[in-house]
Amino acid sequence: MSDSTATGEQVVRHDFDVPNVFTQAQLGWEAWLEPLPIDELTERHYDGLVDKGRANSPYFRLLVRDPDILGARTRTDNDIFYNEKGGLPRAQRELSAAAASRTNGCLFCASVHSRFASQKSKRPDDVQRLLDAGTSAPQSDPQWRATIDASVALTKTPGEFGAEHVRQLREAGLDDLAIADVIHGAAFFNWANRLMLSLGEPTPPATPAG
Amino acid sequence: MSTDVIDRLVGIDEGDPVFALRVQRPDAKRNAQASYDALFASDALEHVGRPERLAIAYWAVALAQSVVAPHYRDLLAAESPQTLAALDAALPGAVTTGPYGDYPDGPLSVENQQGLHWQAPPELVAAVGVRLAAALEHTHLLTYRPRDASADALQALLDAGWDTTGIVTLSQLVSFLNFQLRVVAGLTVLKGELR
Repeated sequence: MSDSTATGEQVVRHDFDVPNVFTQAQLGWEAWLEPLPIDELTERHYDGLVDKGRANSPYFRLLVRDPDILGARTRTDNDIFYNEKGGLPRAQRELSAAAASRTNGCLFCASVHSRFASQKSKRPDDVQRLLDAGTSAPQSDPQWRATIDASVALTKTPGEFGAEHVRQLREAGLDDLAIADVIHGAAFFNWANRLMLSLGEPTPPATPAG
Repeated sequence: MSTDVIDRLVGIDEGDPVFALRVQRPDAKRNAQASYDALFASDALEHVGRPERLAIAYWAVALAQSVVAPHYRDLLAAESPQTLAALDAALPGAVTTGPYGDYPDGPLSVENQQGLHWQAPPELVAAVGVRLAAALEHTHLLTYRPRDASADALQALLDAGWDTTGIVTLSQLVSFLNFQLRVVAGLTVLKGELR
């Protein structure tokens, strides 16, 4: 493990005002490092992007610099969140993502997945309470309460997830596959949050929230 | 025993109830393994070498006090026992609890939480070099206080000899491990509750 000399590369600095509240509004995201130019994308890169349309996103064109891990990650993500064969309702998968993001402090991820949770559940006020007052804010639905509590416990470092969380999820009516989905949803956002937070920053919403 | 690393780390055999649960999300199972392979059996090592990958991986899971730490410890011990010894010596001064950190100035500032801003001690830098030491500091940042991540933190990596592609791989490594260790932690608890 020898020391290398610095390459002289510089980060990309932005001068917009970053968002400073959790919101369900549509934020953008800009990278601090140079995404791969579109005209340099090869077949291996497109395989890593999985969905060709992601070539338009600076986030995915930065991550595609390591195409193999990006491709595997995207396919993991899709199965955890979009495989609707049983298990946790979609709204609560998004809720697990939002709760992990609220705990880690990822305003961008929280905006995307709180919006999805609202769309799928038709309960935007319950979602907004999580954003405004935090993960311990009251939730009257026992499944939402249990999903949030488990996701937060799993997100802490070191983890605090224990048998009591499994029992709480089960008593709220979730089956074993649904409980596994909560675990995977929260765990996956501990991956996503760290990428979004560390490689760039959110841009303000195009139009004001609400 | 399965060759799937998460199955192995949780202690899941074919036929176990948790095995049957994972099979119902086949792409997630297959691609969690493919992610591990992409990071630790990659044929593209010019930006981040294998000893660096294993040192960063062990550091990330040791900081998180995860049950998967022995797995990465063994891999690193086989690759670079000197690096492992240096990391173990530095670990007690680096372990804390998270997540903590600051929000952009505004209404969320009341939620700012103070905590350790760890810097590699001189003995560790001497043992592993400036480049890896900078990655270990970044790993600490991403493990405990990801919301403190910044352009300056990436510039520090560039200045220490990392290039853009290497930083992407470094970020994926630490972030993936924060996923994997939580899947293992969660499924281990769930397995105990199914019996």
